[in-house]
Amino acid sequence: MTKNMEKEAALRFGDGENFAATELRLGLPGTRERETATKVLPTGSKEGGTKRTATEIESNDFDREAKTQVVGWPPIRSYRRNTFRSMKRDEEKAGTYVKVSMDGAPILRKIDLEAYKGYKELREALEDMFKCFPSGESVRVDAREYAVTYEDKDGDLMLVGDVPWEMFITSCKRLRILRGLAPST
Amino acid sequence: MMTYFPEEVVEHIFGFLTAHCDRNAASLVCRAWYHVERMSRRRVFVGNCYAVRPERVAARFPAVRGSPTSPISTSSPPTGRPRRALDRGLRLLPAAAAAGGRGGRAGGGCGGGAPLEELRMKRMVVSDECLETLARSFPNFRALVLISCEGFSTHGLAAVATHCRHLREIDLQENEIEDRGPQWLSCFPESCTSLVSLNFACLKGEINVAALERLVSRCPNLRSLRLNRAVSVEALSRILMKAPQLVDLGTGSFWVDHRSEAFHRLISAIERCKSLRSLSGFWDASPLCLPAIYPICSNLTGLNLSYAPAIQGSDLIKLIRHCWKLQRLWVLDCIGDKGLAIVASTCKELQELRVFPSDIYGAGSATVTEEGLVAVSFGCPKLHSLLYFCHQMTNAALITVANNCPNFTRFRLCILEPKKPDPLTNQPLDEGFGAIVRSSKGLRRLSLSGLLTDQVFMYIGMYAKKLEMLSIAFAGDSDKGMLYVLNGCKNLRKLEIRDCPFGDGALLENVAKYETMRSLWMSSCDVTLGGCRALAAKMPMLNVEVINERDESEESEESPSDFHKVEKMYVYRTIAGPRDDAPDFVWIL
Repeated sequence: MTKNMEKEAALRFGDGENFAATELRLGLPGTRERETATKVLPTGSKEGGTKRTATEIESNDFDREAKTQVVGWPPIRSYRRNTFRSMKRDEEKAGTYVKVSMDGAPILRKIDLEAYKGYKELREALEDMFKCFPSGESVRVDAREYAVTYEDKDGDLMLVGDVPWEMFITSCKRLRILRGLAPST
Repeated sequence: MMTYFPEEVVEHIFGFLTAHCDRNAASLVCRAWYHVERMSRRRVFVGNCYAVRPERVAARFPAVRGSPTSPISTSSPPTGRPRRALDRGLRLLPAAAAAGGRGGRAGGGCGGGAPLEELRMKRMVVSDECLETLARSFPNFRALVLISCEGFSTHGLAAVATHCRHLREIDLQENEIEDRGPQWLSCFPESCTSLVSLNFACLKGEINVAALERLVSRCPNLRSLRLNRAVSVEALSRILMKAPQLVDLGTGSFWVDHRSEAFHRLISAIERCKSLRSLSGFWDASPLCLPAIYPICSNLTGLNLSYAPAIQGSDLIKLIRHCWKLQRLWVLDCIGDKGLAIVASTCKELQELRVFPSDIYGAGSATVTEEGLVAVSFGCPKLHSLLYFCHQMTNAALITVANNCPNFTRFRLCILEPKKPDPLTNQPLDEGFGAIVRSSKGLRRLSLSGLLTDQVFMYIGMYAKKLEMLSIAFAGDSDKGMLYVLNGCKNLRKLEIRDCPFGDGALLENVAKYETMRSLWMSSCDVTLGGCRALAAKMPMLNVEVINERDESEESEESPSDFHKVEKMYVYRTIAGPRDDAPDFVWIL
């Protein structure tokens, strides 16, 4: 994971700066969310419980997440538990579909960010997608002509490529390819 | 007087006894009645599949065949089901087949052999081989109901579809079924027109939609159809056009673009289903699709949205406002307290409510608390069955609920955080649950949660005289708690306890009690191996099983000391002796 992130951080739109050297590694949002999502309980049936968890529960500084991970609790059937776990996984996958709009192109597209391993592939996919919509001059998604931006969770317009790929996927809500803006270096 | 009546008349009178307990009681009156009853019993319920050997059942009841309301039923213990078990229940079949043959020869004025017609199993491990044996042995087989079972695949279903030519019912509820292809639906022969109920909602894979449509077309008596997630809305519309007589429908995926033609076709198809009374499914339903069912909502008596996490908040509320005849509602806790208030004001006929947790692993944003339950108790006076997963509960709320709804038969409350006290007073919830058992004199099933002391058990022992099943977790202070229950609850059949400070003293004080019960389950309590051994020694009619699933390398000595606390213990009465299908980690004492 680390290697990939470093690699992708290096391949960004119109900018070859290696980000990894300056980045703080304290558990980035991208990785953290993945981890908590996949932390699963063993699939017990209705009543599980092997360890003496009662005493653990009494401890005050027992953090909330661990508390909810008492084996076989809450008492729901394994079928329901498993179904919801896989629904949640599907939802997380589906949750990375974002709209892509391009200046001058009347029809928007949608892409699954998780389908791409990094910025380079994303850029290639966008180029592929939008070459059918000529808007007069050069149609290539070119760093010189267009700026690829995205809207993040707060609604701010951000330049694609600044943050590590994993963080980008989780914070990107929508992509916008803007014409006539050159990215600052 | 009854001895002057010929056997045929007595048998005819017994025919009106439908409940197992009534027939059991009748058979105890005298030898003559025992004889008449056993020769004429058609259906058998074996609550615990290990309590009796199949051959013995078949020998006593040669005419057993199962029936629509109460087929041959059996289930395995709650979690003691060993992973490598043989499918015990289906060994009933060869025995029943043999008995059928014997019955014919023995005569007894009761007709010839009775081939198996209906089978209902819960929490059993069932294999494809046995489904195939079932299908081949009993070509007249009518109904298969499997609940929370596992170990079989679509191949087993194919066998049943192929060989059982007069199949009426296949009902698969929440089983883990291995998907080995969609061809099983094509295995129903063209001559099969007898299906009344088909439920494959829990199947995970694709199905052969064309085969399904043809099957539905040729079964005019089909009343209940529950599709799995793979069935699209387009297919659903076509199926509904062929089966507008449906009473119960599981919708399949139910995802559709509300601006599309398919959506309009769906609306027309649903409108024709004037007999629909119960809906479930909605696996991928988006809120915008829901208006498709508004036209029939006012006829609905049952609605299960517990597998539809995409329908939340205000959309859920809009839907429920249309369903004013609901008697049974299953939802996720994303309905919220506000949503439950709407249920309370709309669904005046509500009898059963289940609120399931939608987000088990994290702190969900929308949840339910005591407020929602209180609202429902005010609005729905007919409520008698409750399953409620919530984040908190107060004594005041429980007391109010107890006052508003004195007719609970089933009350299962699960506060998600173990040992959580009343947030208003920081007190245990003893008084709240005490109020429930005091007011609902007909309570048969109870599940407790939250912070609880021995006091709540004192109330239960004192007031819950009709209680048959009790589930306890993270509760109590001492052995006294468990003893209140064992000594006080005269009708107790099943007791499940986990993570409670009950030990050998409680276990051994009233050992005779266990013979009046179906079973006792204890896990992560203070019971020791020595205590279990003592129990086994005192009570030969009980099977005492100790389940130890820890890594075997920890148990390097042959026999751990008697002071060793057992992880899990299962005690049940049986006339079958120790079972022979227990895996290594189950010790039978």
